[in-house]
Amino acid sequence: MTLPLIIYRSLRQHALSTIITAGSIALACGLLMTVWMVKTQAQAAFVSTSTAFDAVLGARGSKLQLVLNGIFHLEASPGNLAWSDYESIRKHPAVKTAIPIAVGDNLRGYRIVGTIPELFTDVEYAAGKKYALQSGGKIFAAGEREAVVGSFAAERLGLKVGDTFHPFHGLAFDENNQHPDLFTVVGILAPTNTPADKVVWVPIKGVQTMTGHDARAATDVSAVLIQLRAATAGFMLDMMINKQGNRMTLAYPVGAIMTELFGKISWFDRVLALVAYLVALVAAGSVLASIYNSMSARQRDLAILRALGARRRTIFGAVVAEAASIGLLGAIAGYVVYFGLLAGIASVIRVQTGVVLDVTATHPVLWICPLAMIALCALGGAVPALKAYRTPVAETLAPVS
Amino acid sequence: MLTVTHLTKSFTAPEGGRVEIVRVPQFALAAGEQRALRGESGSGKTTFLHLIAGILAADSGRAEIDGVDMVALPEAKRDRLRADKLGYIFQTFNLLQGYTVLENVLLGMSFGPRGADKAHAVEVLGRVGLSNRLGHFPRQLSTGQQQRVAVARALANRPKLVLADEPTGNLDRVSSREALALIREVCRENGAALLLVSHDDAVLAQFEGMQDFSVLNEAKTSRGEGTSPTKTKGLA
Repeated sequence: MTLPLIIYRSLRQHALSTIITAGSIALACGLLMTVWMVKTQAQAAFVSTSTAFDAVLGARGSKLQLVLNGIFHLEASPGNLAWSDYESIRKHPAVKTAIPIAVGDNLRGYRIVGTIPELFTDVEYAAGKKYALQSGGKIFAAGEREAVVGSFAAERLGLKVGDTFHPFHGLAFDENNQHPDLFTVVGILAPTNTPADKVVWVPIKGVQTMTGHDARAATDVSAVLIQLRAATAGFMLDMMINKQGNRMTLAYPVGAIMTELFGKISWFDRVLALVAYLVALVAAGSVLASIYNSMSARQRDLAILRALGARRRTIFGAVVAEAASIGLLGAIAGYVVYFGLLAGIASVIRVQTGVVLDVTATHPVLWICPLAMIALCALGGAVPALKAYRTPVAETLAPVS
Repeated sequence: MLTVTHLTKSFTAPEGGRVEIVRVPQFALAAGEQRALRGESGSGKTTFLHLIAGILAADSGRAEIDGVDMVALPEAKRDRLRADKLGYIFQTFNLLQGYTVLENVLLGMSFGPRGADKAHAVEVLGRVGLSNRLGHFPRQLSTGQQQRVAVARALANRPKLVLADEPTGNLDRVSSREALALIREVCRENGAALLLVSHDDAVLAQFEGMQDFSVLNEAKTSRGEGTSPTKTKGLA
């Protein structure tokens, strides 16, 4: 009980500095874990979301823009393809599935995407998982003014089967740009934790022939989502469309493009990590400073303990353990910071992209980081511990006679 | 129980050079014996007790406790011997202010061979009349009560030898008499030898075995010069 009692009493005696120091450690620890987990979780979530399709075919332009537009329903389409382009890629022997999409409208900020019913009947959005409808719904019929609404969009828009709506023109919501066309909700998708959850799906004809749209584009598509029969076919199509052609772009492989995206923005999480490392160092320094500064006031207590028979190494160990305990308190509070930050960030990512981060996911960083912080604090405590170790007992216990 | 032979200690004086504080050729205390040493302030008696307790490292000589020479031991073993065999009552009590009465006593026990024994600590505190003050902090106690905590702490580990350095120096006459009676009685009950140093004649008068430290100590430290070293080679 000796060591825990000494540590407990010392922490209690210096409660304010303990709380402040542990708080800064919690911030550093929580920030480091959050940066790390958001990076790995986001990368994993975005890459896994993009595994449903091998490639995206679109107008000549950026591959990343095509992927973001076609798979994640972000960004604008770089341009349109003719329906014949869709037909020719659909019939290509290397292509297993080709799903056309058309974009350009929204429902109060939620993107309306025109597509074909086969997206819901033939495609697995993740390995072994097909789209399912919540009870009472059905897939829209091609050519009808019907809609199937993603679970998140339905929840936010308050839509249910049987409701009707007028789409708004453009990808950004502008209440003055409402189309007169009336769509009826015929189904609500079961949650998929993918960007599909925040989309209002309608038949592709519904978008193509929306009142006010350019009649010349009435058969155009924004992009074609492609599943290949074999991975090698992608390189062949890449050669044919990207290198030999100059009219269209094939974004392939989708996973690699997303990984490349994360590579490009990795500087951002490196900066965040650097800030967190600096906070961690400052926190460890503050452990050192706060304990060191209290040493003068504590020397008498330490001398008394020595006079009672405590050995130097016991005193040294007590001070180091006290510093480590501050680190431990900070690390525990760091989990609170971590879960709070991660939940907030995951919520923002879900709202913005539809991608759901797994806040309960585990990773070695979740124990390495707290342990490293505790070790760093213990190291910081070694300096005042050395001072405690050298406490001159007789001198400190003066008066002498 | 305690045998001191040619024990010396000197410190570096502020103006340089060595000043000898303690030179005790011979001193002995039998098991269970109670002895008082008279000494004025600055006479070196606290240093003498510190040498016996191993808090200070002696320059030369022997201080045997139960046949084990404290002087010859390395510091860690001196700490162990002190925790095992000695109880120390300080003039200023030296209670740990951030700890409760019970914790002060338990901590005193925890470095000894038996470890912290809460039941025994409570019993000892009851013996000194502090059963109802276990959770109090020293600042919440009167001076006399603080002294009793110090006594309980010194005796809780069942030491063979109790060193008391001006144990009643901060008490009024009545409290002093009571405290001294308590220390002697509890030592007697525990079979512990008691070596008490004081300059208070009223305290010293209660001891049959009283010795003048200025006679015992051949270092001849002059009164009032003090022994507080500015540089303390060999301090533990």
